[in-house]
Amino acid sequence: MILADEPIIEARAIEKSYPQPDGTRIQVVGITDFSIEPGKIICLLGASGCGKSTLLRILSGLSKPSSGTLFWHGKPLADESPNVAIVFQSFALFPWLTVLENVEAPLEARGVTAVERRKRALRTLDTVGLDGFESAYPKELSGGMKQRVGFARALVVEPEVLFMDEPFSALDVLTAESLRGELLELWLTKKMPTNAIFIVTHNIEEAVMLADRIVVLGRNPARVRSDFGVRLSHPRDRKSARFVELVDYIYKIMTQPEIEHTLPDPESTGEILVPAGGLKSTQGREAPLRASKYQILPHARVGGLAGLLELLHDRGGREDLFRLSDELVMDVEDLLPILEACVLLGFATLKEGDVEISPQGIAFADADIQSRKMLFRQAALEHITLLKQIDSILKRKSDHSISDEFFRDILDEHFAEDEMERQFDTAVNWGRYAEIFDYDREAGVLTQTDLMPTELMHDRDSHQEASNPSTTNDAQPR
Amino acid sequence: MKKSLNLRRLSAFRLWSQLPSLETSRLPDVIMFAAAIALFYGVVTVGRTWFGPFTPSVEISRSLWALPAYAGYSLLRITIAYVLSLIFTLVYGYVAAYNPRAERFMIPLLDVLQSIPVLSFLPGVMLAMVALFPGRQLGVEMGAILLIFTGQVWNMAFSFYASLKSIPKDMREAATIYRFSWWQRFTQMELPFSAIGLVWNSMMSVAGGWFALMVCEMFVLGSRDFRLPGLGSYLQTAASAGDTRSILWGIATMVMVIVLLDQFIWRPVIAWAEKFKVEQVESTDVSGSWVLNLVRHSTALAKIRKKTIRPLSERLLLHFARKHTEEVSDGPSSPVGAWMIRSIVLLALAGICYGVVRVAMILSGLQSSELHQAALGLGATFLRVNLALLIGALWTIPVGVAIGFNPRLARIAQPLAQIAASVPATALLPVILLLLIHIGGGLGIAAIVVLLLGTQWYVLFNVIAGAIAIPTDLKECCSVFHIHGIDRWKKLILPGIFPYLVTGLVTASGGAWNASIVAEYFHLKGHLYTTTGLGATISQATDAGDYKMLIAATMMMAATVVTINRLVWRKLYGLAETRFRLEA
Repeated sequence: MILADEPIIEARAIEKSYPQPDGTRIQVVGITDFSIEPGKIICLLGASGCGKSTLLRILSGLSKPSSGTLFWHGKPLADESPNVAIVFQSFALFPWLTVLENVEAPLEARGVTAVERRKRALRTLDTVGLDGFESAYPKELSGGMKQRVGFARALVVEPEVLFMDEPFSALDVLTAESLRGELLELWLTKKMPTNAIFIVTHNIEEAVMLADRIVVLGRNPARVRSDFGVRLSHPRDRKSARFVELVDYIYKIMTQPEIEHTLPDPESTGEILVPAGGLKSTQGREAPLRASKYQILPHARVGGLAGLLELLHDRGGREDLFRLSDELVMDVEDLLPILEACVLLGFATLKEGDVEISPQGIAFADADIQSRKMLFRQAALEHITLLKQIDSILKRKSDHSISDEFFRDILDEHFAEDEMERQFDTAVNWGRYAEIFDYDREAGVLTQTDLMPTELMHDRDSHQEASNPSTTNDAQPR
Repeated sequence: MKKSLNLRRLSAFRLWSQLPSLETSRLPDVIMFAAAIALFYGVVTVGRTWFGPFTPSVEISRSLWALPAYAGYSLLRITIAYVLSLIFTLVYGYVAAYNPRAERFMIPLLDVLQSIPVLSFLPGVMLAMVALFPGRQLGVEMGAILLIFTGQVWNMAFSFYASLKSIPKDMREAATIYRFSWWQRFTQMELPFSAIGLVWNSMMSVAGGWFALMVCEMFVLGSRDFRLPGLGSYLQTAASAGDTRSILWGIATMVMVIVLLDQFIWRPVIAWAEKFKVEQVESTDVSGSWVLNLVRHSTALAKIRKKTIRPLSERLLLHFARKHTEEVSDGPSSPVGAWMIRSIVLLALAGICYGVVRVAMILSGLQSSELHQAALGLGATFLRVNLALLIGALWTIPVGVAIGFNPRLARIAQPLAQIAASVPATALLPVILLLLIHIGGGLGIAAIVVLLLGTQWYVLFNVIAGAIAIPTDLKECCSVFHIHGIDRWKKLILPGIFPYLVTGLVTASGGAWNASIVAEYFHLKGHLYTTTGLGATISQATDAGDYKMLIAATMMMAATVVTINRLVWRKLYGLAETRFRLEA
């Protein structure tokens, strides 16, 4: 092996942005320096849609950065063919090939002869515990077994860096846990023919469980918020104070990125490479970048929001985020948007890794179906820019209706295509619930009816919401 | 003794295929060997005919004994045309899917070509081919094959293109990160991924091939009379002579060939293609085929495969893999290649310009009265086609739903409807005409009946499939809430079968426009039967060798079909995909 400190892959000032029709660009990954050193498991953490998969694809050489350079052992990547492999969240196996053929395929691509190929594939299958399944087709296997095939296919080429894109999130909790354990064991006993592992995940505990180094990514555009070493010895105990502290710390960074938090217990965590809050200045490189100043809606359903507020209210109004997610068995990825929505609407506030319900939130949790709609409507019209815009335009128009294209165009200026659709869907979902407007998806028309059914039906009581709060209003079909 | 034993085994194929103890049987090998001998004989015979001198008027025998050979010739033409279609499909789909600039032109072009009725290609293709191979039977033969090709290829190309476009991103990334060579990507990802779509569209295409075949084996072009031995010419000869018995035998032979093709080719291929389904969980009902089992169990075939195909594919794989590894450091495109492409594009553009100018020149000679007549024909054919569709829908919807709701009836009726749908309208034409003229109706009515008979089966078997697909819980929900009669039709049945109905009607509509060319203009017993219609105009222009009229009428028809597709069917398809989709 070469010098232990020399990075295998080094990215200098890489950036990814997509050009828009009007000549400006939307940045997905901000200007970032990044390196992958040998002998480490590096976990990249971030909320959904923050660009962590994009970063993985750039580092692995799958997609090219818009600017900046990648180095492979100190040489520009463009001239090299890096020996890397990826394990995919969706497994990405070829369903028409048997397990053995799937594992042999990368070797075939490298021109390895049939006999040698078979030998190496069988050996790798044996390592990941798949002997006996050689002639099975992927569809005959369970999710865990499929991902083992994914591991075997990646390991068979003996990659220097093994990239994993949320490798456990398509699996159920138990399977994921056991597979994580096996991965760690293979790594620690050096049975894995790879020098470094780079895992993208949104599961904080998973990261603290596995990583030697954790990188937390902020979004819009993706940039490194915090980058620190983890020195806890294996096997790590989830219940230990140090483990919990570290998890808490990461929660704080992810929920309140703008504040600098102190890393707990330097002995267990090692050096901080980038402090929480991120690099203060992104080197003043001038590009016609469009700063996304437009309010971003978190993609939460009203039902989830109501459920969370009720739970919080029951718990006395304040709860630790880690305990909350643990109890709800929800990943940050699922919990974070709901929390953000509550904060955005003024129903709750975040304080040092805790979430606290606000008076408005309490009122909402206590209200019945129809008053909830009223409260939500008030909050939405007060805090949500897009809904405010829609409401005022519909009020001003004589026929109280307008094509959805108008608002898509507004959003289109601030978001990339996919995100624009999701923003619009969320706004429609909230606006329909708040009865700010009605939306005919086929015609693509938003309309406002003059009489407010909420006010007319106000006195009609319903008992359903008490028994089944979290699903009451989650009616919009996907 | 041995023979009778074998026969008994033959009759119990289904059982046999499930018995592992009989796997060592030599029977599959014997059959495969016999098949090889038969194939060899066929090749020799065909070669002798094709490369023989051109005989402008081959005598088409009406003898029953000529039928097997004629069926063989027709089948061969379809097969060759199909292979050509497949090659074209792979190239066209590949280029369209991977070259964004070409894609912008190639896909709309496909859409237009798909809408041009096959039969109006006939004169141009034939004359070109005869000119290319003067003095040889091969020219006419090639013309017929090319014509069948144009009837088959478009939907296949589109299916392949669509499949390539829908390969999941992760799968593509896996292929890239593991450095698949071009060849490995093609054989291990792209081809398998598009296999199922290709198979089903191939079935549709071959059915379309029969349609064209019935006409292009024998036709008059100006003063020239082209004839090829085949089922189509047999049927036409029989019709001209008014020989009902021969017509029926001809149709029976064709139905038999279609059924045999289904059993020996399509069923096994569909069963084999099951493994290309992209699904996470194994499905419970897997279609089986005894022929596929036979092929799989043949030890001789397995040996041949091991000796030939496997080493060959291994060599190819490694060859391309090594080439790919070397290429990585090189620049992707050489200036010579870029210039080649540029000059090809320029040539194509020049060709297109020339063609457009020539057509414009030809069309400028058109009289306004001729245009007027064509427009009138367009209206008549439009009404006729849509009347046929309406009548077809009116009877097939209730009948199809009744069949679909009755599982036992469906099991019998569905394959029958499928066979009926696969019999080309062009083949039925003489029978219907003979009958109707006997009764006393004119061609105006007969044409509608022909369009109806040729196309309603598609609607029927799609409606059956749709009715079967309506979930039981929705039906139960209707009975719980006492939704009956018209309400049940409006709330459950019609929305439920809507996507299937649209699919059936689209196919039927395309087929009907195409069939109008033969249905409105027909030679029978030396008489010429004709009626007002765009199809008749095209046929007449073909007969008379009147190219400007032919081009004008064809363009009219293509434009109409494209417009209807865009304005009506695509919208309905959109509705079927969104509002009327029954999700699991």
